[in-house]
Amino acid sequence: MKILVPIKRVVDHNVKVRIKSDGSGVDFNNVKMSINPFDEIAIEEAVRLKEAGIATEVIAVSCGAKVCQETLRTALAVGADRAIQVDTDAELEPLAVAKTLKEIVKREAPQLVICGKQAIDDDCNQTGQMLSALLGWSQGTFASELKVDGNELAVTREIDGGLETIALGLPAVVSCDLRLNQPRYASLPNIMKAKRKPLEVIEISELNVNITPRIKAIKYTLPASRSAGVMVDDVAELLSKLREEARVL
Amino acid sequence: MAILVLAEHDNASLKLDTAKVVACGQAIGGDIDVLVVGQNCGAVASEAQKLSGVRNVLVADSASYANHLAENVSDLMLAIAADYEHVLAAASSFGKDVLPRVAALLDVSQLSEVIEVVSSDTFVRPVYAGNALATVQSLDDKKVMTVRSSAFDAVAFDGSAELVTLSQDIAPQVEFVTQSLTESERPELGSASVVVSGGRALGNSENFAILEQLADKLGGALGASRAAVDAGFVPNDLQVGQTGKIVAPDLYIAVGISGAIQHLAGMKDSKVIVAINKDPEAPIFQVADYGLEADLFDAVPQLLEQL
Repeated sequence: MKILVPIKRVVDHNVKVRIKSDGSGVDFNNVKMSINPFDEIAIEEAVRLKEAGIATEVIAVSCGAKVCQETLRTALAVGADRAIQVDTDAELEPLAVAKTLKEIVKREAPQLVICGKQAIDDDCNQTGQMLSALLGWSQGTFASELKVDGNELAVTREIDGGLETIALGLPAVVSCDLRLNQPRYASLPNIMKAKRKPLEVIEISELNVNITPRIKAIKYTLPASRSAGVMVDDVAELLSKLREEARVL
Repeated sequence: MAILVLAEHDNASLKLDTAKVVACGQAIGGDIDVLVVGQNCGAVASEAQKLSGVRNVLVADSASYANHLAENVSDLMLAIAADYEHVLAAASSFGKDVLPRVAALLDVSQLSEVIEVVSSDTFVRPVYAGNALATVQSLDDKKVMTVRSSAFDAVAFDGSAELVTLSQDIAPQVEFVTQSLTESERPELGSASVVVSGGRALGNSENFAILEQLADKLGGALGASRAAVDAGFVPNDLQVGQTGKIVAPDLYIAVGISGAIQHLAGMKDSKVIVAINKDPEAPIFQVADYGLEADLFDAVPQLLEQL
């Protein structure tokens, strides 16, 4: 079974983002970029399925400018077999990414797509569901456990009230929650080996997808900051403040 | 111009989230219809009829919808979407599962976690774990969006909407196996007015019992940081944060939680935040209205005693 893993290069999760002074966007100058943490989990899961003898090939794909190749190399160092960069300078909305991925799925014919449940920059949580809809495949979103048995998948999903397990037929799209696994670190020898693994570049224009933006960003603002609070000395003072000042008790 | 709101329910009762999404619909303006999809969900439909300002309650009652699987629900929504300019659902695990599918099938973009309505095509939504707010305009003819329910006040239950039965039935694509829900007597985390949350400093799951007592005494819900969930102290559906639940209670008490960006994303819109931590440098103190630098194992029992 072939597995396709879409990955995204995002601002590192430890960075506190700054907004440009004119409000037109987020300032990316000198900001550390990394692989989206949820995508790291997706790639780890695909590699584990390969190690278990279930998957035959793991392909990582990323849509974006040439710098995405660094992120793809990270995926290759963790164990993906080869990578595809869909080259574009345009900022892609989830719908455009899903349409692009659909074309890659048509070319590569994987039986399973494993993606992260959301990117930590746009916080959309849409691409996997959209891809699954466009392909007419089943979806198993927010997966915290994945079992493959022949042509059937058992996906345990994290839902608001707890967990639920659904059975899906292949082909399918699965989106990962944080608890699916603990991603491994790439070892130095594997990072070196990853440099020799194949990385194909496809111009987005070759795929004939409509990536025209449907959403216009008007401005970015900082959320209202909370006014500085007070430190209290003991529990009695805390309770009296909550009762008399904040009136929440 | 009409607005379709996908109801959130468990086939037995309507979740309050739906009333909050209807409030978002009212802010957009237009006729609001509520869609109830499920099996044997008549009671939910009659509850939805009482939602203030709703025109019609559309009911699709069928075995194919018993477990609210996204494939089946989105096909149904696609079939009726032609009549609506806005399609709304709560940004719950159900809404997030279904709505992007509906949007893709309609070939429109989707807006996630809308917190404010600027006009009928312009909305505000948080990005970068809530560290920035984006004002965005949808250029699509249909606006499909999930709504962060903590950002809207529920509408009253004083209406009397028409009941309309839908006959579409879609062949099920996916099989449902089991569901295990966390049993709790406490109010639901997303809608509780008081939330008591614990972090890694609790040390083990037994120690969470003192937070449970505190939550019960305050009539609140229990929450947790990702560290506490990952360490196995509590089940993951208690997690508050960017990847867990977003809450905005009147009172949020963070006990032994350092306050990482991802956790703050889930609770910094709470009205009053109390932090109890023995590390005076913990970032949680920067957002707390009241901070107490103390060992939680001293402070929480004292709180229980003095409440």
